[in-house]
Amino acid sequence: MSDTGPKFLGRQRTLVLIAIAVLVLGAAGIYSVQAFQRYQERTTGASAAALRATMPEGDRIVFRNTAMGEGYGSMAAVALDAPSGQRAVTEIPCDRVAERAGLVSCMKTRRGIPTTFENDVLDADGNLVETLPLPGIPSRTRISDGGLVATTSFVTGHSYAAGSFSTETTVTRADGSGYGNLEDFTMMVDGEELTAVDRNVWGVSFVSEDEFYVTVASGGNTWLMKGSFSTRTLASVLGNAECPSVSPDRTRVAYKKRTGSGAAVHWDIAVLDLQTGKETVIGLRDGFDDQLEWLDDGRLLFGVPRPGAVGDSDVYVIDARAEAEPELLIEHAWSPSVVRSAN
Amino acid sequence: MYLSLSDWRSNKASNTSRAAKVAFKASPTVIALGIVSMLTDISSESVAAILPMYITGALGLSMIAYGFFEGLNQSASALVRIAAGYAADQTSRPKPVAVAGYGLSMVARIGLLFATGFAGIAAIIGVDRVGKGIRTAPRDAMIQQASQPEHLARSFGLHRLLDTIGATAGPMLAFVVLLLVPDGYRAVFVLSLAVAILGVAVLVLVVPNRKLGAKPVPAAQSRTAAAEPERSIQVLKFKPLLRMLSRGRMGRMLCAAGLLGLLTVGDGFVYLALMAHGTMDYFWFPLLFVGSNLVFLLLAIPLGKLADRTSRAAVFVAGHLALAVAYLCASGGGSLFFIVSALAALGLFYAATDGVLAALAGQLSPEGSVSTGIGAAQTVVAVARLLSATGFGVLWVLFGSNLALLGVAALLLLAVPLAWYLLLGKASRPIEENS
Repeated sequence: MSDTGPKFLGRQRTLVLIAIAVLVLGAAGIYSVQAFQRYQERTTGASAAALRATMPEGDRIVFRNTAMGEGYGSMAAVALDAPSGQRAVTEIPCDRVAERAGLVSCMKTRRGIPTTFENDVLDADGNLVETLPLPGIPSRTRISDGGLVATTSFVTGHSYAAGSFSTETTVTRADGSGYGNLEDFTMMVDGEELTAVDRNVWGVSFVSEDEFYVTVASGGNTWLMKGSFSTRTLASVLGNAECPSVSPDRTRVAYKKRTGSGAAVHWDIAVLDLQTGKETVIGLRDGFDDQLEWLDDGRLLFGVPRPGAVGDSDVYVIDARAEAEPELLIEHAWSPSVVRSAN
Repeated sequence: MYLSLSDWRSNKASNTSRAAKVAFKASPTVIALGIVSMLTDISSESVAAILPMYITGALGLSMIAYGFFEGLNQSASALVRIAAGYAADQTSRPKPVAVAGYGLSMVARIGLLFATGFAGIAAIIGVDRVGKGIRTAPRDAMIQQASQPEHLARSFGLHRLLDTIGATAGPMLAFVVLLLVPDGYRAVFVLSLAVAILGVAVLVLVVPNRKLGAKPVPAAQSRTAAAEPERSIQVLKFKPLLRMLSRGRMGRMLCAAGLLGLLTVGDGFVYLALMAHGTMDYFWFPLLFVGSNLVFLLLAIPLGKLADRTSRAAVFVAGHLALAVAYLCASGGGSLFFIVSALAALGLFYAATDGVLAALAGQLSPEGSVSTGIGAAQTVVAVARLLSATGFGVLWVLFGSNLALLGVAALLLLAVPLAWYLLLGKASRPIEENS
């Protein structure tokens, strides 16, 4: 290459540069316009799932509908006794959703400059009760029988070069009052206080209006912790456990258990018997990465991204016993929440 | 302190005359490299702004999994930086090394279109970071080479101005695309790739591939440069290289930069402390960095100019006083006055230090080791800031954000005179003579 400066940028090079600019920016522009058109078709076209007009009465599973077409990304519901049947789709978009005690917690993304996040607490008829701002990307939400709303968000720095991210888990009532950020609770690991800075808390599961289970992580370790709102404490139950889920009869806790590390990271399901302390691991060939939800006292639900279809996912069911195999329960669904009339 | 002050005055006197004598002329190479950086930053920051949402929202992965890779990637990037500088010096041609760095990040954008598992995504981010590590030192060496020695810091300021425009525009572009196409992550990736390709094309086609040491022909040095265009330059082997980096003015500069870097806790903490006062809605959080970036890009050239006219070392060290002001304001309260002052001070700090450090390191490096010298300075600062962020986290938890920031501000006020002594004190010969 000759040492002529940019002042002497040759005619040929200028033409090549212009050609490249026209080519790549043109191609990207065309792709973007097509993406916009595809999005229009996807959200206004016929749904990939069978729809029904009215919400199912009685026991049901509420979830985020990920079927391409009308109602994509919105809260939807199927009857508990016909989970693969027709779904009722609302006009309420949610990234994560949970329903209990006559309240709906709908964590959502608000597109804009900048993009922001919020948690809309709705009543059972879908009327907005309260909007709580979220510090980051929606991740987990659960509601207690008495109406406490737990949310976990991912808080990221403005640049991934900064490499910082953390979780923020808060427990509030629908009116915004409550217990605040669980990171401020006193944390005990095997009797010693955890004072590390890099601790993160995520994935609340309520036992009562005072007691709950949650994940605490620090320095690459995770613990299942049992917490109390009245004493503002968290105490470790066992290590390597994430995203707990307490069974409806309160006798067992199901969670994610990590095997492998780095690029080979993989999670299996584990179920802890709270009476005997016995842990049962349910190996999953393809792993999973979700907070489990109990369908009943013997079966668990979890979401799995659909391979090859970005933005789509399915909900699987699995028996809470070793050697069990997952089965597809609800197609094109995410963030399942079981609503029983007993609640 | 008064001794060093007098020293600074004498430097100032000698340099004012020199910088005034030679009219500043923006080098086309510096502008071209600035445009390359701007395009690359639009490309990388647009992806960075939406990547967490893509990973969690579209791919359904948890960020926790992704977090495990963070530490690894950061250390890889820091190591690669100095190694790439050394490689650029060894071959005495920085451009191919820079092309490799920018090219690697461009290839990572292609990978992003196909990766759906977090191992794939993490690998891609790793490749992108390694690319960033590779390109920085050789690129800054090219800026140094193409600049008039009298206006070195100003040239770096010009480059950082264009760079920061890209870093600010990137996230905006991504948010606009997502506003129009809510699940248009791929559209952002495709746009990002297009802009990255354009950046590499500008680098390859527009930026000249000069041999290190073969100076361009600026007004002041046309005679010497013309006399010895292919002068053989001495490339330092490993041992003399270590000596070069650890002793003399270079060694003292790295010490001072490392010391100050240890007290640079990261803007994230400043923004978080401002948020912690509870007067600001979450909505404003992502816009805080836009505010400090705007100040940075407004002041990058004026402060570079000031550094050239007075003393680059003095402006670099004194710039950390602005950082102390930013900490004090962030801990002071959540009123609009403190928020605006903190952001302005933070922008001022970057304008006084970012490009000026590269200019200072380039100026102190012996000919033939410019890339290594700049790479070493940037590595020292990056590693020191990484340590500082970790250490500051402890203080934050133990004492709360306000007290922790006050403490670091106090330490900074102690460290600034020390750094001043190291760089400008009596032991240090006037350092502005050799460019």
